[in-house]
Order: sequence, then C-alpha cells, then structure tokens
Amino acid sequence: MKQFANLINTVELTNKTNDKIDAFVDYFSKAPDKDKLWLIAIFTGKRPKRPVKTTLMREWCMEIAGIPEWLFLESYSTVGDLGETLALLLPNPSRSDDRTFSEWMQDIVDLRTKSDQEKEAFIRNAWSSLDMQERLIFNKLIGGSFRIGVSKKTLVNALAKYSGLEANQLMHSIIGNWDVNSISFDALIHGKHINYDNSKPYPFCLAYALEKDLNELGSIKDWQIEYKWDGIRGQIVKRNNEVFIWSRGEELVTKQFPELVEVIQSLNGDFVIDGEILALKDNGILLFNDLQKRLNRKNITKKLMEEVPIGFYAYDMMEWEHKDIREYPLSERRQRLENLFESNSVEGKRLFLSDVITVDTWAELHEIRAQARSKDSEGLMLKQKESPYHTGRKKGDWWKWKVDPLTIDAVMIYAQKGSGRRSAHYTDYTFAVKKDDGLVTVAKAYSGLTNAEILEVSRFVKQNSIEKFGPVRIVKPELVFEIAFEGIALSNRHKSGVALRFPRISRWRKDKPVEEIDTIETVKQLIYSTH
Amino acid sequence: MKIVRFTKKGIYCIPGKFYLDPWYPVDYAVISHAHADHARSGMKHYLCHDDSKAILKHRIGKDISIESLPYGKPITINGVSVSFYPAGHIIGSAQIRLEYKGYVVVFSGDYKVKDDELTIPFEPVKCNEFITESTFGLPIYNWEEESVLRSRLHNWVSSNQAKNRTSVFVGYSLGKAQRLMKLLDGVANVYVHSAIHNTNEAIRSSGIELPTTELWTVNTQKQALQNNILIVPPALLGSKMIKRVPNMATAICSGWMQIRGNRRWQSVDAGFPVSDHADWNGLITAVKATEAEKVYVTHGSQAIFSKYLNENGIYSEEVKTEYGDETIDNDQNVLQES
Ligand SMILES: [Zn+2]
Ligand SMILES: [Zn+2]
Repeated sequence: MKQFANLINTVELTNKTNDKIDAFVDYFSKAPDKDKLWLIAIFTGKRPKRPVKTTLMREWCMEIAGIPEWLFLESYSTVGDLGETLALLLPNPSRSDDRTFSEWMQDIVDLRTKSDQEKEAFIRNAWSSLDMQERLIFNKLIGGSFRIGVSKKTLVNALAKYSGLEANQLMHSIIGNWDVNSISFDALIHGKHINYDNSKPYPFCLAYALEKDLNELGSIKDWQIEYKWDGIRGQIVKRNNEVFIWSRGEELVTKQFPELVEVIQSLNGDFVIDGEILALKDNGILLFNDLQKRLNRKNITKKLMEEVPIGFYAYDMMEWEHKDIREYPLSERRQRLENLFESNSVEGKRLFLSDVITVDTWAELHEIRAQARSKDSEGLMLKQKESPYHTGRKKGDWWKWKVDPLTIDAVMIYAQKGSGRRSAHYTDYTFAVKKDDGLVTVAKAYSGLTNAEILEVSRFVKQNSIEKFGPVRIVKPELVFEIAFEGIALSNRHKSGVALRFPRISRWRKDKPVEEIDTIETVKQLIYSTH
Repeated sequence: MKIVRFTKKGIYCIPGKFYLDPWYPVDYAVISHAHADHARSGMKHYLCHDDSKAILKHRIGKDISIESLPYGKPITINGVSVSFYPAGHIIGSAQIRLEYKGYVVVFSGDYKVKDDELTIPFEPVKCNEFITESTFGLPIYNWEEESVLRSRLHNWVSSNQAKNRTSVFVGYSLGKAQRLMKLLDGVANVYVHSAIHNTNEAIRSSGIELPTTELWTVNTQKQALQNNILIVPPALLGSKMIKRVPNMATAICSGWMQIRGNRRWQSVDAGFPVSDHADWNGLITAVKATEAEKVYVTHGSQAIFSKYLNENGIYSEEVKTEYGDETIDNDQNVLQES
C-alpha cells in the first residue's frame, strides 16, 4: 500500500500533466504486476462493491477518536468527503503495514462475505496500521468512491509511454472485459483479450474559431455549412459486427449509449462515422448537464435512458467497408454518408444526418446564425467542400462560428459551500431576477469568478446571511452579477418559468445596484427574440 | 469581577481604559502581534512586545507612538498590570496578560503550541479568564511534527531539482515567510520577494537572526533561480513578475491545506499543511493549562470549539471579533492564515 500511497501523493503534488504521467510511468516500472492491474481496474470502474456500511464506519471512527456525533458532522461538512473525514479524525497508527496494494484489494473483495465482527475487526485493524494518506485511500476504496485526480486519458498516456504501445489500443484494452485475477498485466496491455483492429479510431478533425471576415472565405458555394451542436462529439466505429463509440477525449464510451449501439448494430455495411451525441427530448435538445449524466453513471438504467434519450447527428464518414476515405473531398464523403443513411432507412431511429444549410450569400448566413439558438444550436460550422478529413486541428478548412452568449443581470440570493475541492468557500450561488414586488430564482452557477472574488463573496455571505437552511445560506440580495448563458426556453419545471442553458457568471457587476437587475419579463423576452 | 468587555471597537479593558487588538481607531491599543487583522493603523498609541515594535513601525508607519516590553515584564496602566507572554505564533507574538486586584485575564492573540524552532515557544499562563482564538478548532486539524514537515518540503524541493525547476513557495510576508525560511534553511539558496525582504530587515533590525536569503528582483538572473527556492507573498500568484520565473513548481503552505479539497482548489501544484496556529489538540491543551474558569472563544470555529468546551466541563462563550479575516489585506488573495 505504501508504494501506491506514494504514487497518489506524488500525483497530488503537481498540477503538471507530464509530471503526473512520469509518476505513473515510474510506478509501472516498479510496482508488482498485480498492483498495476488493480490500479487500472479501479480506473476503469472495476471496483469492488462496498463491503461495509458507511454508518458503521462513522460510528467506529467517532468511538476511536472520542468525539460526539455533532462534532463529527461539523468536521464532515467542512471536509466534504466522508473517507477523508474519517482519515483525518483517526489517530496516527500504532504500527505500520507492508502488505501490497493488491493484497489489500483482495482483502476488501473478500470482506463482503465475512461476518459483521470480522468486518469490524478488519477495519479497526487497518486503521491502526495505515498512515494518513494510506487511510484516506483505504477508506475511499472501501466506500467505492476512490478517484485519482487524473483522467483515463492521462493514465493511458502513461501506459503508452511506459510500454511503447499505442494509446488508443491501450484505451480499448483497459476498457474491455477482463478480470484482475485471470489476466496478466502484460496480456492486458498487449490487448490479448480484445481485437483492436475492430475498434481502432481515427483522430478527430477539429475546427478553429472563425477569425476572418466571411468574404475572405471565397465563394459560399465552396462551403458546406451545418449547425454546431453542443453535445458529445463522438466517433462510431462498426467493423465485423462489433460497435465502438469513441469520445473526442479518446475515451471509449460505448457502454454509456446502449440504445445507439443497438441501432448501429442493425445497419448494413462496416463504417466509421463522426458526429455528435445529443440528448433529445420532445423535439428539443436537452441541456448538456443532462447528457453528462449518461457519461458519469456506471450503469445505464432503463430509467436514465428514458429520462435522457439520446440521438446521434452524423457529420462525416472516414471509413467505408474497411477503406480509409479520409483523403476524399468532403463533398464525396458526405454523399457516402447520405447513401448509408438512405440505404438503411434509419430516419427516426436515433440517427440523423446533420442538416446542410444552403444559402446563396454570406450575408444571409448572418441571419441564420442569429437564429441558431431557436434550433438549440450554438452556432454554425463552415467546412470547405474540397477538404480532407484532417488529423487534429488544422487552420483553413473547418471553422466554427459560434453565437454570442446571452446575458442578464441578476442578484445573488443563496450561497452554498462547494463540495470536495471547493469545500472551504462559498462557491455555488443561486441568482434571482425581479418578479412583481419580489424576486424569483433563475439560475444556479458555479464558475466564473477568480479566487480573490470568491473570497470576497464568501466574506459577504458570512456577514450577510439572513438564514441558514442546512448547507445553504440565504443572503441579503445585494451582489449583482452578469449571468451569461447559451440558450433559454420556457419550462414548467422551474418556478420562474424559464430554463437557462449553461448559465455561468460572466462578471461581477459591482457598479450595479440591485434595483437595476433584470425582471422576469425581460428575461422571457429573450425567448421570443431567440426563437 | 469583570475587567474586559467585548465592544464594537475591540476587546476593552474596563479599569485599564485600553483595548486589545482593536479593529477601530482608539487611544490606547495593546497589540498581540503584527498581523494586519490584529494590528491596525490609526491608533493614537501602541503597546507591543519588543520584537514586534520594528515590524509594526514598518507595517503601519515610522511615526506611530509606540512602546514595547519584553516577555514577563509588567507595566501598570490605570491600575491594571499588563504583561506579555510568548504565543509561539510568529516572531514577536504575545499573549496579553491583564491583572487587576488579583483577577487575571489572558488574551491569547494567535498562538501555536508546537515549537517551530524560530519563535519563542508558547508558554501557558494561569488565569481566571482566557480569551482564545480557534482558527483550526475542529478535530480534523492535527499538525505533523516539524521534522516530518521539513522532510516533506525537502522532498518536494529535490523532486523539483530533478527537473531543474525553481521551487516557489507562497506565503504571507510576515510569519509564514520566515517559517518557510527556517524550514528550508540549507536545502538550496532562498530568494525572497521585496515585501518579504523588507519585513525580514525589520525583524533583523531588532537583533533577531534569520536564515540567509537573497532579494529577488527583476534583475535576478534566471539561471540563479534554477534549482533554488523563491518565496513570494500571495498577491504575486498569477502576476506578470512571477511568470518570469522559468520552469517553476508552486506550493502553498497553510493549515487549510490539511484538506485535500483546499489543496486542489488552488491553482498551485502542491499544498502543505504548515500552520502557525494551534491545532485541535493544541487548543485543548492550551485551554486546560490555563485552568481558567471561563473561556471566551474568538475567531475561527468559535461556535464549535466553545460548544465542545462546555460539553467537557469548561465554561465557555463564543465571541464575535473581526480577526481572522482572510480578505482584509491585499497581501492575501489566496487561502492564508493570519
Ligand atoms: Zn488572528
Ligand atoms: Zn496572526
């Protein structure tokens, strides 16, 4: 466990991705194979189920630390994380422990079937032999919530650096089906259990933000114009009856979208296509936050599939019947994409062709962009019809032309301390606008302020809270902020009657008195002006 | 007997007619230590410990009316005997002991129980009433031994040196900066920002020895910094000047860094829980050692610590003060303790 705790410690002492990668490479070259397998298992969601109730762990900890429950709860609310609270409250260990990380993991796996007394003895014993950092890891492993502050992609890059193997293949290998106790580390990373030829993705072709005048782009006839969607950019790979979905972050997200996999499975032909996964409901596009739920859950339940139904808007085709067609001009790739859709009559089956917008002049395009919000789109994409499917970002052939954000001035009425990494300060705010003689909540926002501003707001909150509701402070409505957002729609789920898309603080309006904030009527006006 | 009262302007000694660490201008202020939330400008007269005198003049103004005393030597003000005892918080920090007709009240100011090998260690003083801070008044705050902290910092510096990096530490120019200088003494050359340099010079002027440092200026060669250490005040974080430091790794040292969330929230690489305040057990030990029959708890977790004391048979009340405000000084735009 010491070696593993050291790794975590090193990773936490730097913000630099390359240093983190080096720390992992160092670990991979020194740690026992079984430990490495467990590390990867935890990263890829193959965690053991929680073997002990957290309420019991709390009780034992309070007893050992000799503190009453209210003090435990105060501590917990300051720390914001249970495993960490327990680790901080427990006294220093009376001895040390040399067992490896995998031995500990196996014990945790085996614990599930043990008796209650055995469980308690195991936990107490562990606590008295693990130091602070080890205890923290142990508690979080037991609770099933252990996370290392790096992305799957970073881990994969470290594995690639260590082994010399290709990153995407490693991604497929570690995500695939495998079990810690029936595979060797070497077999795992070499992908003995998968067929990488079937999943191999292409690097995404990326666009730059438009930085020229439209007229400099030449004739509009040479450009394919589409709406820009704000979902999860995805690449669907179908080869030899296997289907894979890669996200732009080069992570495999196949398991998160089973209904999409089912549709793709039923199509004729093998192909690789590029597009956007969007949450679609009632003829509209749900907020990105909703879509995020599909990424974060380990198990995609039927309920979640109904709550957040998804669709795929196809942009491009990179491979057809095992032939790489990325060098073909866009116009031809688009034709093949359309052929695929027509020959399979997929319309309405979660698969959609991204609409091509046809206008005769650049001037007309300004109009269309201005109306983009009414389509729940965040702007336009301009793609040169002759362009190949580039590797990565290349200037000149693909441009994104986003709409400007909408803004309103609102007053802060509630504040809450952030969770986890922001738990010491008031970082989560709720904003309101005027309605009749009072105020009505319109948005919650977490980001957009500098650290110094957060401290200043926190101070205001402490001195001006009217009431406390659990973790929420109701504050004197005084601080005015400009809230930017990407879209707005009528909503009967919200008290104000409107839902904002992607609200965030764009700036603190210290110059504005609260009397001058927007009213709900003016906010609603924005709906009519964008739709 | 009631000899102190908590007023809007600060802690007031009734028979003595003076204030302890007042936050509004008053005629006579007895100052526990030179941090900005305890020693404010605008007082007609200041009384502090000998080692704080030069720092106060440096921070507030050369021409202030100020007198100072060594630890343990009383003076009498309007019949109240006033004396200072070591608080172990920063250089020159003192607990203020008041005695009137045999009744003793001690105001802790800010204090730390563990010996940091730099400031004169905290000394418990028996009293009837004890006014204590509670910055880290939760049982999750327990500091590591000085030797453990030292090796943590040293390891971090050497891992930076392995990559030819400059180790940049962020710390308040009075207190944390000197503590870091002591902890890092001998590991590498230590450069300091001018705000810290000037504070150091004020401290040195009262005859106190500090580890050797070099002044960091716009003219400092980049190669000189490489593999060495630079200490800067928090306001420098994100500034143009700091961006000139080549290949750096940054760290914040503060008790708040005990919590992982706080470490990750900052835009720096590393966070180390190095504090100049008493930890949970430190607070309890200190309170018990005073044998006070009444304990007032000021800035920090006053409600929590006070409730805990009451539950454990020590009569206690919480008091609202204006100490411990992180935003009071422009010097502090990240989580810092004072
Ligand atoms: Zn203080
Ligand atoms: Zn202080």
